[in-house]
Amino acid sequence: MNTTLFLIQCLNGLQLGVLLFLVAAGLTLVFGVMDFINLAHGVQYMLGAYLAVTFTALTGNLFLALPLALLAAMILGLVLEVVVFRHLYDRDHLEQVLATFGIIMFLNQGVKIVWGAAPLSVPVPEIMQGSIALGQGVLYPVYRLAIIGSGLAVALALHLVINHTRVGMLIRAGSTNAPMVSALGVDIRRLFMIVFGFGAMLAGFAGIMIAPILSVEPGMGDQILILAFVVIVIGGIGSIRGAFIAAILIGLVDTLGRSFTVDILRSFGMGPSNARAVGPAISSMLIYVLMAAVLFFRPSGLFPAKGR
Amino acid sequence: MADAVLSLRGLRKNFGGLRVTDDVSLDVVPGEIHAVIGPNGAGKTTLIHQISGFLQPDAGQVFLAGTDVTRLPADKRARAGLTRSFQITSVLPAFSALENVALAVQARSGSSFRFFGKASAEDALNAQALDMLAEVGLLERADVTAGVLSHGEKRALECAIALAMQPKVMLLDEPMAGAGHDEGQRLIDLMMRLKTRIPMLLVEHDMDAVFRVADRVSVLVYGRIIATGTPAEIRANRQVREAYLGEEETHA
Amino acid sequence: MTRSSRLIPLILFTALAAIPLLGLFIRDGYVLSLISRVMILAIAAIALDLILGFGALVSFGHAAFIGIGAYAMGIPASHGYDGFLTGLLAALAASALFALVTGALSLRTKGVYFIMITLAFGQMAFYTAASLRAYGGDDGLTVASRSLVMGGKLMKDDRVFYYVVLICLIGVYWLCRAIVASRFGRVLQGAKQNPQRMQAIGFNPYPYQLAAYVISGMIAGLSGFLLANLTEFVSPAYMSWQRSGELIVMVVMGGIGSLHGAIIGAAAFLLLEEWLSGFTEHWKVIFGPMLVLIVLFMKGGILGFIKRLTGDRNG
Repeated sequence: MNTTLFLIQCLNGLQLGVLLFLVAAGLTLVFGVMDFINLAHGVQYMLGAYLAVTFTALTGNLFLALPLALLAAMILGLVLEVVVFRHLYDRDHLEQVLATFGIIMFLNQGVKIVWGAAPLSVPVPEIMQGSIALGQGVLYPVYRLAIIGSGLAVALALHLVINHTRVGMLIRAGSTNAPMVSALGVDIRRLFMIVFGFGAMLAGFAGIMIAPILSVEPGMGDQILILAFVVIVIGGIGSIRGAFIAAILIGLVDTLGRSFTVDILRSFGMGPSNARAVGPAISSMLIYVLMAAVLFFRPSGLFPAKGR
Repeated sequence: MADAVLSLRGLRKNFGGLRVTDDVSLDVVPGEIHAVIGPNGAGKTTLIHQISGFLQPDAGQVFLAGTDVTRLPADKRARAGLTRSFQITSVLPAFSALENVALAVQARSGSSFRFFGKASAEDALNAQALDMLAEVGLLERADVTAGVLSHGEKRALECAIALAMQPKVMLLDEPMAGAGHDEGQRLIDLMMRLKTRIPMLLVEHDMDAVFRVADRVSVLVYGRIIATGTPAEIRANRQVREAYLGEEETHA
Repeated sequence: MTRSSRLIPLILFTALAAIPLLGLFIRDGYVLSLISRVMILAIAAIALDLILGFGALVSFGHAAFIGIGAYAMGIPASHGYDGFLTGLLAALAASALFALVTGALSLRTKGVYFIMITLAFGQMAFYTAASLRAYGGDDGLTVASRSLVMGGKLMKDDRVFYYVVLICLIGVYWLCRAIVASRFGRVLQGAKQNPQRMQAIGFNPYPYQLAAYVISGMIAGLSGFLLANLTEFVSPAYMSWQRSGELIVMVVMGGIGSLHGAIIGAAAFLLLEEWLSGFTEHWKVIFGPMLVLIVLFMKGGILGFIKRLTGDRNG
């Protein structure tokens, strides 16, 4: 097996993992604190990407576009929260699934109306174009390294906020027992808004960062939504630490799986044409098999925040 | 004791570092009401969970009429004759009172893997269910949806459900909790009427009720039984008084 | 059962039976096809309502059974086994097997974990189908003709096929009604309301839920078999997670836990989709918020709304 390819794919897996973490973090917090299943979280990610397209076109520079797009993404998220989501917190999960499903429909179509159905893209900022030699003959794009770096930085910042600030403590408390936190006099409405806005921003940030690499198109949030749910289920609902570990795990399994399943099958003696026929199907399924396996042994995920 | 209907031997349960049930052994013999009392946090409900199979003990055994049921899951213990009530009333809220009891009768009347034939039209089930409802005084409320019954009526319904299971022993988890004076009196009367047919393990906080109704009392403190005896013996027991009243008596 | 719950199915089935007879006045080819599709998805919606409405099992992967039923018709047909009975039995057997295996695993979880694991299995089915290059893979497989009944192309006539589907729908409805009222149904509904109480009575919910899941899967498989016959086409798209979501929408929109609500929901969903897409290609921009409004303001879905209108108080 090619070491260089392996290392590159590991880095790609790390990059996917970091992105997944950004999306999953908001999802798991919202679920943990507000017990709210938000299927529409994927569209936050999509909106981030579209906003990146628009603001980069306006300012000519992704770095200038970043704070603008982040702000816009957060505002849009808060608008959704105020208009729709906050009326769903005390409904049962089924109704939440339905309503957020409707929001996905609305926004997936909405972006088609506003930006058109054709895939869009954002140029990689000049400073970050090109690749860096990382030794072992590995040549890796600077921009992807930047994504990994930013993602890890955000993860660290999130860890510090959650574990070492007052807001973080309230969030942790809310994750374990929201009614109690409310009974203790904390403005639970404001806490929910903060949690939600934060989550929306993280997802939007992921979308902004991915815009130069992936094509920006309607429905791009759907697949990442499913992956994010797999992440939080494996990691344990309400747990940021669980989300981080699960996200990296899934990023690696999925990426390495797609690259090497065919080779692994062949090393087990399967013929090349069979391996090529079966391989892609198996690699697509790997993360679901992983989730089913985790749930078999730990029906509440690896690090559940409450005794769920 | 050889003829005990329910026997606990050396039950132990830890939650993390906390020993919630500490080497608990006791018996319930036919014809008696054996009460378990203890200060808050003594582990009474955890004990009931372990006896009824909703929680697995870390060590120790539970015997039902001489048979070791420790490894049996809750539903199998129920079928074997070990019924329980819940501290927070637990009925099937969308079903009528009649259906609640009929379902319990159904559990003992052959297979429930029948996909045809209206269950609500099965006269045998309904007849037995109505008998049970009459026993607890809920006959006129048979067709009322269980969810809208009053708190006391729900308690009575739970009793009817338990009776419908033809139990060998009943575990009662704080039945007097939230009961008003009249209702409490009705429950006491019911317990006295039933005890000759069905021995009971009564976990309770209400001392008045306990001392009126119980034949024997065990005192549970920090998961450990510190005394077992008749109500009179327990009332006079110094350790028990200390546990409930604290050190004040000895320092006085 | 209340007045409305006896009346509504009667009205529905009568109306459905009458539609082809009005064919003289409508462009019947289009209408027949549309209503056939409605009925086929209604069958799947009823299957989902059985476990969702009566068992509180929210399966987010039920479209997988539709797909399995469809492929169970398409794959044998592509090898020359195109009999009606063959396809039907294959669909039922394949769905039952898939339901048994995935149900046995999924039912060990609860709540949102159950939702997620059923989603995962649905995705696995989807990707497996998409990888079947011999049978069209991503692009799907065209089927030569509808299933042959005793060697004859009986169902080629759209009106005949329509009535076949209607008979299946009525049969499925009647079957599920019976199941719900039976001893089995009682245990299932008890487990939905209070699993702990059921255990205390002596019922372990698991085997009953598994049986219900398998029955539900088989009925949805039947739906897939019929769908493949309708469109003469089989594709992984039949089992995307969006499709599973749409099934849930149909059941909830119509009114959970009533069985005929599922029929109403399927009709409402598909007819709205047809009608709105006639106005604009962006009909989802209208449909999405409608869904939100229905959730927020129409408790009990369309059936609940009708009940409030007619003053029906008992469920």
